[in-house]
Parts: sequence; C-alpha cells; structure tokens
Amino acid sequence: MAQLILNHLTKDFGAKGPGEGGPAVSDVSLTLRKQGFLALLGPSGCGKTTVLRMIAGFEQPTDGSIEFGECRLSDAVRVLPPEKRNMAMVFQSYALWPHMTVAENVGYPLKVRRISGEAWRSRVAEALSLVRLTAYADRRPSALSGGQRQRVALARCLVQQPDIVLLDEPLANLDQHLRKAMEETFRAFHERSGATMIYVTHDQAEAMALATDVAVMSEGKLLQVAPPADIYARPEGRVVGSLIGRGAIVRLRLPEKAGRQLDWPLLQAALAGRRSGHGHAGEGPLSDVLIRPEQVHPDSGGMPMRVLSSVFEGERSALTLALPDGQSLKAYSNKAFCHGTEVPFVISGGWRL
Amino acid sequence: MRVSDEIARGRRKATHAPAVDTDAEVRSGSRMLERPLRVLAKARCWQWLRLASGGAKDDGSEGERGPARVRLPKELTRALRGFDLPPPPYADEVRVPETRSAKAGPRRRSSYFRFRGKRMSGVGEPAWLLAFVCGAVFLLSVLPLIHLGWAGLKGLEGGEAASVLLEAATFAALRNTLVAAAGGMVISLVVGALFAFVVALTDIRGKLALSFAFMLPMMIPPQVTALAWVEMSGPSSPLLKTLGLAPPLGSPQPLYSLAGIALLLGVQHAPLVFLAIKAGLATHPRDGVEAARLSGASPWRVFRDIVLPLACPALIAGGAIAFISGIGNFGIPAILGIPASIETLPTLIFAKFASFGSSTFGEIAVLSTIIASISAGGLLLQQRALKGRDYRLIGLTGARAAFTLGRLRIAVETLLWGTLALVLVAPLLALVASSLVPAYGVPLTLHTVSLQAYGEVLFRQTVTLTALKNSVFLASAAAVGLLVIALPAGYLLAARRGRVANLLAILIEIPYALPGIVLAVAFILAFAAPLPVIGVSIYGTIWIILAAYLSSFFAVSLKPVMSAFLQMDPSLEEAARLAGAGFLRRMRDVLLPLVAPAAGASVILVFLIAANELTVSALLWSAGTQTLGVAIFNLDDSGSSNLASALSVLVVAVVIGLMATLEVLAKYLPEGVLPWRN
Repeated sequence: MAQLILNHLTKDFGAKGPGEGGPAVSDVSLTLRKQGFLALLGPSGCGKTTVLRMIAGFEQPTDGSIEFGECRLSDAVRVLPPEKRNMAMVFQSYALWPHMTVAENVGYPLKVRRISGEAWRSRVAEALSLVRLTAYADRRPSALSGGQRQRVALARCLVQQPDIVLLDEPLANLDQHLRKAMEETFRAFHERSGATMIYVTHDQAEAMALATDVAVMSEGKLLQVAPPADIYARPEGRVVGSLIGRGAIVRLRLPEKAGRQLDWPLLQAALAGRRSGHGHAGEGPLSDVLIRPEQVHPDSGGMPMRVLSSVFEGERSALTLALPDGQSLKAYSNKAFCHGTEVPFVISGGWRL
Repeated sequence: MRVSDEIARGRRKATHAPAVDTDAEVRSGSRMLERPLRVLAKARCWQWLRLASGGAKDDGSEGERGPARVRLPKELTRALRGFDLPPPPYADEVRVPETRSAKAGPRRRSSYFRFRGKRMSGVGEPAWLLAFVCGAVFLLSVLPLIHLGWAGLKGLEGGEAASVLLEAATFAALRNTLVAAAGGMVISLVVGALFAFVVALTDIRGKLALSFAFMLPMMIPPQVTALAWVEMSGPSSPLLKTLGLAPPLGSPQPLYSLAGIALLLGVQHAPLVFLAIKAGLATHPRDGVEAARLSGASPWRVFRDIVLPLACPALIAGGAIAFISGIGNFGIPAILGIPASIETLPTLIFAKFASFGSSTFGEIAVLSTIIASISAGGLLLQQRALKGRDYRLIGLTGARAAFTLGRLRIAVETLLWGTLALVLVAPLLALVASSLVPAYGVPLTLHTVSLQAYGEVLFRQTVTLTALKNSVFLASAAAVGLLVIALPAGYLLAARRGRVANLLAILIEIPYALPGIVLAVAFILAFAAPLPVIGVSIYGTIWIILAAYLSSFFAVSLKPVMSAFLQMDPSLEEAARLAGAGFLRRMRDVLLPLVAPAAGASVILVFLIAANELTVSALLWSAGTQTLGVAIFNLDDSGSSNLASALSVLVVAVVIGLMATLEVLAKYLPEGVLPWRN
C-alpha cells in the first residue's frame, strides 16, 4: 500500500483583483501515513478543498507535486487524469446522477471497469447493504432524503475499492443525529476498506472523532499535522489553538525559561503579576496561553474569578469566567453557579502556543 | 411569377461571378482545408467524428509515452472479500518527466485559454474536441464569410459598392430595421415573459394547452404568419367579409406599416423568449422562493426580488434571440413592407440581388456588414449583461416554485386565452377561410366554399409534394447533423472561457444573425465551383441548402445544449471521472442523458425552424429542390393566394399533428424534451 505525498504543493488561480492576492494553496507538504485517515481542517476559504481537488486531479498545481508511491500523479507539467487514478470522492452535493437508479449509481464504477452480471449485482448489493439501503436499490436519487443520498454516495465509493477516498465536507448538509450515525459509517468504512482517506471539514469535532491525523490549514498554508490527541494537547500557534477543541487563549507574561507546558504555580504567579501590573513571576514577554475548560476546576484554594455565564449542557454546565484583569476563560462544572458570583478556581495546566 | 423570375435571374448570374474566386482559392493551396468540407456537405458527420477521435490517440498523452508498464494498478489493486478488482480501463502509468517541477516555476498555460475557476481540470477533454469544434466552425461559418468578405472587398475596390453606404435608402432601411427589430423584441419580451412566468410559476389551469398553443406561432413560417394577418385584417379579408366587418374597399391595410412589421415580428418571436425563460425557471429550486416567503416577502415581492433576478439571464438571452431574429427576418417585411415601400436591410438586399448589377456582390457584402455589426453589437451587449450572472445551482433542483393566484386566476386565464385568440386563432381562421374560397377577394359563404385549392395542392401540383419531401429531409438532416456538432461544442464552450471560446461563440452566432439572403450569397460564393478532389459541384443540389442550414441554425441548436451544460452541477461529471470513466464514456453515460432534454429541444427547434425556412432556400433552390417555404411564396406571388393558404393550412396541420404525436409519445421521452410540457 503506497503512501500519498504532497510535495511543496502550490496552487495560484492567478487572481489579479486587489484583495484576492496570494495563492489559494501555498507550499503544502504532507506525507499521509499508509491507510491513514487524514482530516483537513480549516475555516472556509482556507484552500482545503483546493488541496482535495488537486489530489483528485481536477486542478493542476501551479508548483510542487503529488506522488502516490512510485508514481507521480500531478505536478505543474503533467496531470494524471482523475479517471485514471483509482480514487473515489464523496461530494458535498453528493453528485448522484439523477437519471440512474440507486443501484446504477453505485454500480457505475464497476460498469466502467467492465464488471457485469452476477458479480456486478452481488457487489452492488453488498455495498448497499453496508449502508443499509438495500430496499432502495431501484429508486431514483430524487426520491431519497439527504442522509440516504449521502449513503448512496458512500456506497459508490465503497464498491470501487479505491486506493484513496476523498470526502469533501460530506456531513455539511446533514442533521446532528445523522452526522453521528454517518461518522460511525465512515469509521467502519475506513476500517474495512483499508483505503487512505482524506476528509475535508471545518468541524473540528468531526475531524477529531474520525481521523488518525488532523491537518490544520489557514489562508492556504498548512499549519500543523498531528494525531488528534497530539494536536489537542500541543497545538502550534494561535490559529490552531483556537480551531482545535474548546478553550480560551489568554495573554500572560511568562518567564522566558518557562517551558510550554505550564502548571498552576506558574500560571498563578503570572496571573497575580498581571493583576498588580508589575511583579515577581510576571516578568518576561507576553505569551498566548491556551487553557482548556477541563483544566479549570472550582477549588477553594484557587484564585477568585467572576462567573459571566453558566449554561446547563446536560452532563455538566459550561461556564464563562472573567479573570481579574478582564480576560475570559471557559470551564466545566458539575454544579451551576449564579451569574455574577465570585468563585475561586484553580487552573491545573496550560499550553503556551 | 415575379419573385421566382428574380430568383432565377440571380441564380444564373451567381454561377458566373464566384467561379473566379473559388479557382483562386484552389490555386492558393487551400485543398487541405476544403477536403473535410465535402464530408460535411455529404452529411457524413459521423465518419468525420470517428476520424477525429481515431486520430487523437496519436497525440494523446498515452501514445506519446508508448505503452508503459502497468505498474500502478498491480500495486493498488486489492482483493477484498473475494473479489478481484480489475484495473481501471486506462491503467497505463504516465511517467512524469524527471524535471523537478518545484524549480520549474509556475507553468504558463496557453494565454488564449483561461480555465474557468471551478470546472476545469487541465485535462478535462481530449485535444481532438477543440480541433473538431474549430473545424466545424471554420467550415460552417468562417469559410463562407471569407468568400463573402472577399467579394465585398473586391466591390469596394471598384468604389461602386462603397457608395451604397451614402444612399438615403440605406439609411432608411437601417432605421427601419432597428426600429422594427427593437419593437418586435419588446413585444416578444412582454408577451413571452408574461406567458412564461404565468405558466411556470402560477396555478392557472390548462397550462399544457396554453404552452402548446403559444409555441405554434414560432413553428408557422413568417411569411405564412404575415399572409394570415393580412388575410385577417385587410379590406379583402374573406373572414371579415364573411362576418360583415370588412372595411370598405380602398381603405388602407393597417399592417402595411413599420408598426405592423414590429407587431408581427413580436408575435413571431415571442415563443423564443417564452422557451428561454421557461427553461431558466425550470432550474429554480422551490425552496429559494419558500425561503423568501418566510422572510416575510409578499408573492409580488418574491417575484421582484428572487424570481426576476434569477430569470434575468434567461430574459436577456431571450431578448437577444428575439432582437437578432427580428433583424434577420425576411418573410414579414417582404410581405408587409414592400407594398408600403418600407425597406428593411434584408429586403433591400433582396431587391439589390434581384436587380443584379456589376457591383451587387460588393453592395450586398457592405450591407450585410452593417447587419453583422448590429448583431455582433447585440451579442456583445448580451454578454456584458450576462457577466456576473452565473447562477449555477448546486445539486438537484426539485419541484418548481408556485404562486397561488386566488381570485385573480380567472382574470389571468382570460387575458392569456384572449391574447392567444387574437394572435393565433384569428389569423389562422382567416388563413383557413382564404384557403376555402375559390379565388382572391371572394367572400366565404356556404355557396362559395370549396376544397378545390387543397385538391390542387395535394394531387395536381407535384411541385408541392416535392417541396414537402425536400423540406422534411432538409430539416431532419439539419437537426440531427447539428446535434452531433452542437453537443461537443456546447460542452467545450461551457467548460472553457477565454478569447478562443468567445470567438467561437461569436463565429457560431454570425451565420444565424445574418439574414438568410446574405448567408445564401455566401454559400453560393463558397460552393459554386466544383469541390476539390471529387470535382463535383454541390451548387444546384439539395446539399448546398443543407450546408447553409447547418451553418444558419448552428446557434439555434447550440443554445439549449450549452445552457444545459452550463447549469449542470460540475461534480456530476467529476464523480464520473473518479469512477474511472474516460471522456467518451462519461459523455455517453452521464453527460448525454443529463442534457438529453436540452438536446431534444434543440432537435425540435432546428427541425421546426428549418422546415419553415424561406429565405436561404429562396436563393439556393433549383428545379426539384424547392422547399415548402419557396412553394408557398411562389404560389402566393403568382396570385394563387388560395393555393398558398391551402398549403399553409396543411403545413400548420402537419406541425400540429407532429406536436400532437410527440405529445402522445411524451411518456416515453425523457423529461423536458417537449418545450411545452412541464
């Protein structure tokens, strides 16, 4: 099973208008682990869909290359056409052919590969049963709901046994409940097929839940690639820190020799120094510090903070707290607090971005 | 037989003049360019296509590299659950040259093609596609135009032809043409848009019948429309005489005026606007309108804020078609304008051609340049207006929007049916009435009614039967042949934008925008001499008419197909590409079924327009190759208005019968093929 390598990939649409400056994708280098599940995460317009379309072969890079094992798929000179790459894609609009039935849609990649008769039928039936749509085989896509159409699109990928499956915000048009179910379907699909999957999304929860690796993009640049747990615990920079997980970024003066993993005494000193405006531990340049809500606990030995809001979420309450200097923090708590009360909290850890 | 004499005279002269030109062309070594032309003229488009596709393999990327070792699929193919996946059909590996592209710098694409933002992939279509479309456009459009332009230059050289520009008659004709075409466009837009919006968006009853009836004027030849209206409104109208409403003899015929010409142009071309808007509205998703209703907008407000802006491209396109058709129309100003001495540019050209002189070709070329620039100006305006209005809708479009009219419904229905009664039923009744009288000017009563004209037309005049056969052959060959060209052209023009695409689009439009007379002259110039290699001239045969039809109706055929390609969600094709389908494969399996409704509409449109054509065939016909339009015109011109009416009634009956047959077959046809159905 070959590796997919993006090598200094750049795409410039040649936009000359003012305010459109800069390439859509700029110098993205990435090696996908074999049979990995990569989530491309980023705000809309960050170039992640362009990367996906370059991998599929719909766009030609203006610079750099895409390689799959020994074979170069794309560079600025040559492009292996999409139909010759054994890839499959789930489009945001599903891209089901309205003039074919569900079974014909699913079986089309097989038909192109000249599989017919019993083999065609059994494989289509198998793919449809995996997405639980066997009963709908003879319907037209227009007679299906959004979630069903999505599952047809997935079955179409499944039947083809592709080397790489590309998913372009596949859950964007589905409701929450369906998303959870589809996430499960995707995960099962990944495990059973062993295909390399690339999943474009702007929803970090989706990315974390599904992916073996998360790549964060912003303004055409690749900021960080790491497994979900790593990127959650050790994000690089403000953009990644704010995109991944829920958390608050506060600006604190930290001593230069302090590491990136911060503990409570250090944070307490920094916060105290901040409050007095000058001070002992609060020396040094201003740094961005990411503090996750689960790192903030109510504790009688802590620092008093004012509760700005308390939202009951079922299993717990989500609090917004104001630090003494006015910056805000997020915290979880098992009991509700009244708006405006001052409660002592301890910050068990932080991460300098 | 005045007109046919003039036609014959013009034809005789025409054979001499161009022979020199074409000989010069052959000497200058354009044999390579002219060779496929023979193929095309023989309507063997399929063979040409096959040649083109076969040839393409040699310059495709695979062939260049030779049969590479199939490494990719072996590595990639997995056996999953007992199934071996065969390699994709294009399993050869493309080895990219070892040059480090990262250092090579951004690749410079051909500056003539800017790929369109979302749709293209540098490798979207095979190279032969562009060559095929360019070749077709060259043969159908550029070659005749070059001959025409050359004749014009030769005319200008002598200085005689240039003086036509300064003649008062030219200015008057230009003014008349513009006024009539603009007036006609406004009428077409108002009537066509009214019908289209009401039929597509509201809950009135009898939509099918309304659409069916409204499409009819377009299928009736313009000269027949003009004759019918003249029969309806003049002092000698059999219908008015029968009803006792006829104005006194000697009172003026109100239609013999510029306003009359504009009115009939509007009636004639309103279905074009209707079709364009209806097709545009059919792609609107219902939820857009519903969202606006929920935003608090009243139905009128929704119409103004949502429906109208989305229908704007269709309105502009429809208006442009109506305007250009109005400029090129010959039948209506010929019948209404000439008696009142109102010349438009097409009738002026016809008159010049009839009084054939030494500078005729030069003058005609100069005059047609004026028309070509007006049409080109209209097209440029249309393109500018359409810029930034690419409302492509993502995904599937569901049911179309519906407004409930409530109490207004009866009023609207009355308005529509009343309009139809006035512009369609009354003229047709007048036509029927004048076909039933034994001679011109006789009122229709129980005593005078006679079927003699029909018997004459159907059994005694072999000319009319030949004309019918010729017209059916020409129309079907043109419709099918053009579809073969329009499908690749529409795909290519929708996928690419840039200078070459714009140029192609304009070159395709020009022959349609040119009056049939000018196009006919261009084809005489281009094809009068024997074709190279085979040494046979197609001039005087039916093939030159077919070639001129292919050229003239290319734009008609292309429009629906191209808008279908433009409105298609590009991911539908992309999904097929990823499924492994090569160009021809996905064309066949995915694209063609999706554009089939538009292709069907294109075939029907071309067939109906070509079957009713008069102007081109008026110059190109010879004994045995006359068309229905020529037969009707000649019969009327020789004073047999009852025979002309009878033949017209038969034509209208056949058209209605054909439409009704399609209607019966509708459930077996792909959805959307029949323009009058929802």
